[in-house]
Amino acid sequence: MAIVTGKKNQWRVWATHAFLWALLAVMLFPLLAVVSISLRPGNFSTGALIPTEISLEHWKLALGFSYVGSDGKEVTPPFPVLLWLWNSIKVATISAVLIVALSTTAAYAFARFKFKYKSSLLNGMLLLEMFPRVLALVAIFAIFERLGAHFPWLGIETHASVIVAYLGGVATHIWTIKGYFETIPQEIEENARVDGATHWQTFYRVLLPMAVPILMVVFVLAFIGTIIEYPIASILLREEQNLTLAVGSKYYLADQKYLWGDFAAAAVLSGLPITLVFLAAQKWIVSGLTSGGVKG
Amino acid sequence: MSAAASLPETSLADARKSASAHKQTPLLGWAIAIVAAFAGLYFVFSLYVAGQALWALGALILVALGIAIYATNWSIAARYTYPGLTAIFIFIALPLLFTMQIGFTNYSSNNLLTFDRATAYLLEQTTADEASVHEFAVHEVSTSMLALVLTNPKTKERYSAALVGSSRSLTEPLQASPTPDTFDVGGGLQLRDRIAMRDQLMRIQVALPGGEVLSYAGLREFAKVTPVWKQSPDGSLTRNEDGEVFKPNDKTGYYESASGDKLTPGYTVNVGFANYARMINDENFRAPFISIFIWTLVFALLSVFFVTAIGTSLAVILNWEALKGATIYRTLLFLPYAVPGFISILVFKGLFNQNFGEINTILNAVFGIKPAWFADPLLAKVMLLIVNVWLGFPYIMVLCTGLIKSIPADLYEASAIAGAGPLTNFFKITLPLIIKPLAPLLVGVFAFNFNNFVLIALLTDGRPDFLNTKVPAGTNDILVSYTYRIAFKDSGSDFGLAAAISTVVFFMVAIMALTHLRLMKANQGTK
Repeated sequence: MAIVTGKKNQWRVWATHAFLWALLAVMLFPLLAVVSISLRPGNFSTGALIPTEISLEHWKLALGFSYVGSDGKEVTPPFPVLLWLWNSIKVATISAVLIVALSTTAAYAFARFKFKYKSSLLNGMLLLEMFPRVLALVAIFAIFERLGAHFPWLGIETHASVIVAYLGGVATHIWTIKGYFETIPQEIEENARVDGATHWQTFYRVLLPMAVPILMVVFVLAFIGTIIEYPIASILLREEQNLTLAVGSKYYLADQKYLWGDFAAAAVLSGLPITLVFLAAQKWIVSGLTSGGVKG
Repeated sequence: MSAAASLPETSLADARKSASAHKQTPLLGWAIAIVAAFAGLYFVFSLYVAGQALWALGALILVALGIAIYATNWSIAARYTYPGLTAIFIFIALPLLFTMQIGFTNYSSNNLLTFDRATAYLLEQTTADEASVHEFAVHEVSTSMLALVLTNPKTKERYSAALVGSSRSLTEPLQASPTPDTFDVGGGLQLRDRIAMRDQLMRIQVALPGGEVLSYAGLREFAKVTPVWKQSPDGSLTRNEDGEVFKPNDKTGYYESASGDKLTPGYTVNVGFANYARMINDENFRAPFISIFIWTLVFALLSVFFVTAIGTSLAVILNWEALKGATIYRTLLFLPYAVPGFISILVFKGLFNQNFGEINTILNAVFGIKPAWFADPLLAKVMLLIVNVWLGFPYIMVLCTGLIKSIPADLYEASAIAGAGPLTNFFKITLPLIIKPLAPLLVGVFAFNFNNFVLIALLTDGRPDFLNTKVPAGTNDILVSYTYRIAFKDSGSDFGLAAAISTVVFFMVAIMALTHLRLMKANQGTK
């Protein structure tokens, strides 16, 4: 921009910098505080914000080790954080793989075939996805309670039920992949068809290898979406060893048993990898955001 | 797209090769299809056997559709869309419809079972004959043999019967023989082990020498048990003890006597609009329901307002060319959005803690105050808004950054020539140009916060509660967290009522969703 600016402007720049730093300090305070709290001895101390004494006790507990406290008593981990993390990763990975598979195939049909009700299906899917699933929790609970009576492996308290319940959330992913498929010229597939490849072969051998980037993106999005999901997991999983991280973490801050320091270590341990994945995928997430999706 | 450009060559070759290779071996595909079809039919069959005829029919239609699509050449497109659309149907559309249906029933922890299962449960109830009660113990005679030892608490007579193995199911009563006190029957099992054996013990019947047949009647007792209820041909239940008759009442979902006594458990019945009538007519329920509804609207509106105000301002400031390092600021300010919500909300829960929280430590040191963030209804609401704005502003900031970048620069040049300041620029140029594409997204944010269950559930759980309400309700519950509470938290587990409230919310969400789509369409039209 070729706008002539005066000396007054320099002042404004510095004031803005100062304002932004103050804002950053406030905004990032919770994140920095939690790191400091995880390194501070004890669960109740309200001492200095920058710990005067570094203690790794909370980190030991978070990693599943017990330690001997100052009074000589052995302190054992209050909750199996690593098991919860593993449960979360397991559930999120399997559902993300299945979600990618379901949405890729559907997106292929929506991008490449002409059929009846195509646009109403596409819009209907989006409309349905706008209904938060929190509202249908009673029904989801009832469905899996009944299923579990006949198929115990798919009932309440199983990870299979949670994974299966997540599979419905494919509409936005279908749209994303469909959009990407439409940027790939159709002639390549037509050539393969001329050479005698079936629909499935053109899809699987020709189109999919070209769509790997978008599949990665959708996988990461689905993975993050399921790993942070709370409502469904909280009604389908109740027993301690079955919980996912999102459901289990809140037990650290129960009124009767308030484990602030232990929570801080567990939160940093489990939150950091998810945050890093999210930042790495930020570019695609942002482009997904503008198309109307909202993080849960 | 550079990868895409180089791939086709090899992919095409592959496809050619596999085209010739695969055409000769369709057997594998058929095998998978047949296995899948049978698995599906087995699923339908077991649903039907379990008495879920309607669900079985629905499943049958889906399975049949699947077979029709994959076994014939009816529609290639359907082959690709069937799995995804089925998943959407089963896990999104079906729960929505099912919720609406539950809203018309009395499905709750008291009326959880179907009529048949509730009846079966009642018919299985037994009562122990006081005179025949014997205390029992299980003794380990040898490693492979256990003995059931019964002691009459009054006469102290002992009887014992051998239990061989542990899992045999006995139809004939075991014969117990008198056992003198002096006879050594080995060490007795602890209560814990007896509890573990409960299922097996429950299947055992023991005949005493006098001909009395005893069965398991509790953790410590065997006794002569008789069924409590007898079913009459007309479907009513008669209490064996006093002959009182209980008839099933399909209006309330309970077996009821002439005097109105109800038997628990009840069963699930349709109650029509009773749950909806309760929202409108029940004084005790209506008052908290209305304040929760108003708070839900206020919460969503204020969240949208603050998030938008902060988000757009930051986007405008960071777009200022004279400002160096805008990217760093942007990345750092994006962090609250990148941290998983369940973690940051819980971090705030700890930081806001009245006695141990760091926020009150600072406030106490600077101003000498310690606000009760969780005990005071108003402060709890303020806290929810603060946390929600922290969580949400980066989203709007990122969106607006994109929108502002697309505003032509010459507009600002023109306004600079006219001598306009930054505020004039913002209100006369930036805001009018971004408000239109932003509007549908703000409706989305509103809808999201209208149903922002995770925030409420993890931060305050809706507390502090209203005093003097029949159905417990929190002062900062929003509609969804309130339904969750009715359904899953408090002892009533009134799924029917919760589903009815959810249905009301559905319609509100539907309005928001349609508004969103309409605004989106309007934007596309003007582009």
